[in-house]
Amino acid sequence: MLLLQVIVGGLLLGAIYALFSSGLTLIWGMMNFINFAHGEFVMLGMYVALLVVTWLAGGPAAFGFAAAFALFVLGVAVYAGLIRHVMRGPMLAQILSTFGLALLLRYTAFFIFSANVVSLPPTALSGTIDAGGILVSLPQLVAGVTAALLTLAMHLLLTRTTVGSQLLAVAEDRSAAMLMGIRPDRMQALAWGLAAASAGIAGALMATSYPWSPSVGETFGLTAFVVVTLGGFGSVPGAMYAGLIVGLIQSLSAYYLGPIYKDVVVYGLFVALLWLRPQGLMGKA
Amino acid sequence: MGGKLNYGWIALGVALAVYPFAFASPFFRDIGVSVLLAAISASAWNIVGGYAGQVSVGHSMFFGAGAYLPLLVYTHWGWPPVLGVPLGIAVSLVLAVVVGMPTFRLQGHYFSMATIAVAELIRLVVGTWDFVGAAIGLQGPAVGRGWWDLTFAGELPYYYIFLAVLFVVLVVTFQVQRSRAGYYMRAVKAGERAARSLGVPVRRTKLTALMLSATFTSVAGSLYSIKTGFVDPESGLGILVSVQMVIIAALGGAGTLSGPLIGALILIPLQTATNTWFGGGGSGLTYILYGGIIVLLARFEPGGLIELWRRVAPRRLRIRHAA
Repeated sequence: MLLLQVIVGGLLLGAIYALFSSGLTLIWGMMNFINFAHGEFVMLGMYVALLVVTWLAGGPAAFGFAAAFALFVLGVAVYAGLIRHVMRGPMLAQILSTFGLALLLRYTAFFIFSANVVSLPPTALSGTIDAGGILVSLPQLVAGVTAALLTLAMHLLLTRTTVGSQLLAVAEDRSAAMLMGIRPDRMQALAWGLAAASAGIAGALMATSYPWSPSVGETFGLTAFVVVTLGGFGSVPGAMYAGLIVGLIQSLSAYYLGPIYKDVVVYGLFVALLWLRPQGLMGKA
Repeated sequence: MGGKLNYGWIALGVALAVYPFAFASPFFRDIGVSVLLAAISASAWNIVGGYAGQVSVGHSMFFGAGAYLPLLVYTHWGWPPVLGVPLGIAVSLVLAVVVGMPTFRLQGHYFSMATIAVAELIRLVVGTWDFVGAAIGLQGPAVGRGWWDLTFAGELPYYYIFLAVLFVVLVVTFQVQRSRAGYYMRAVKAGERAARSLGVPVRRTKLTALMLSATFTSVAGSLYSIKTGFVDPESGLGILVSVQMVIIAALGGAGTLSGPLIGALILIPLQTATNTWFGGGGSGLTYILYGGIIVLLARFEPGGLIELWRRVAPRRLRIRHAA
């Protein structure tokens, strides 16, 4: 029974990984660009949730929206102020831009919030439910299900709406999209906004059941790399499956090997993937 | 840098050689040693990150291998730490192959992601592994048993050892830059597909650059741990070790011979100054500053200060560079 509980917990966490990784993979699919600050976006989403709860006494819906909105704005601003200028530049500039941004955000968070581990005060969502002997905490369940639905929504947005078609058109061929009357710059700004918002909500959702400190961004950023590589770069459905798999692997390795090894196993998986199947499960080589 | 040595290098060499006597206090000598160490590791990073254009953000794995092995052989077998230096290089070369072989087939971003992931993986493993000191780290001989333990009371011997190593690294880099391999590296950086179509062995060139870079970075790590007599996961393998190499090389000018040295001459005194002004809590501010500098460099001057100088300096003062 305990094993089943570990599996359920892993899948619920994996759904959140899927959500923020879908943002990273969207950016890659749109413009072949890796965001090294993606994990820091998740971390900021967690602090936005904390601020909304402690200062405004907001509930889960309020801090979820606040995190999404704040990070959407940040994502668009990062694109307009930084990425737009470096994306055609040398490789060094591309990688340093978001790598530097990650350091800036991480250590600014250390400076403002200190290195202390914090957690969200109990919200309306607290409690545990018992589903036939499997104990699942209510915030974890709500967060996992919400994340899964949002990832699905992201997939539907890309495949079933006009905006989605425009985004994919820019990803496919920037010049051709421009000839069709689509403004690539706006679409790429939108992609950065959506990607950062997905990270922000994921952070807010995770904040309901896990304590954190400013350094979590690095772990989440690397986890997102693993998920995106496993799922295949640029594929949102791939990120969805891969997120669940990585969440599962992580909780199983924490269960069998001990909590300190959960990230070791996941990063090891990444190295193995690079050797064996770098195009991932659903990627085109 | 044409074929001949120019006056700038001679002046710089003389200045570095007499510096410990011009500024004889332990404080200034210590800064000098830090500058040289930073210049060595940034120059090592520069071979693969600057010349070959493969941006590693996890070079701490090589630095850490070089830093751990000397103290490891001392702790377990009582060997002189120096004997661990070749072992550190060997471990670094294995790591270079593990990271480089698969990712150099792929687009450049995979290499960057793999370096940071493997560096973090190693930091986590070392932090829980008792044989290598786990979270506490390792210590070298407190009192040297002979000259071969390389424990000196003052900074002066270390200063000249580091200066000699820096000289070797720069000479080797200079030779590589002029060799066929150097041209291959720049061709790969400028455009992989074009380079391949002209018959450049792209993957082998990148791997060669990484292995050379890993070797020197490992030596830098060994120098660090032999001098301080201590290493722990944070000081040997922390992400900031990698960050410092990247930022120093990029600040001076990645892909140029003098860039990393110039970057170290600027950044290390700056870092010492911010640490002194802001006190113990200043380290956080230092890293905010690092992040800010990296972002501004990427946005406005990815070629670093050398590139800026070439654009704004009066023509007669300009240094000619081959690359």
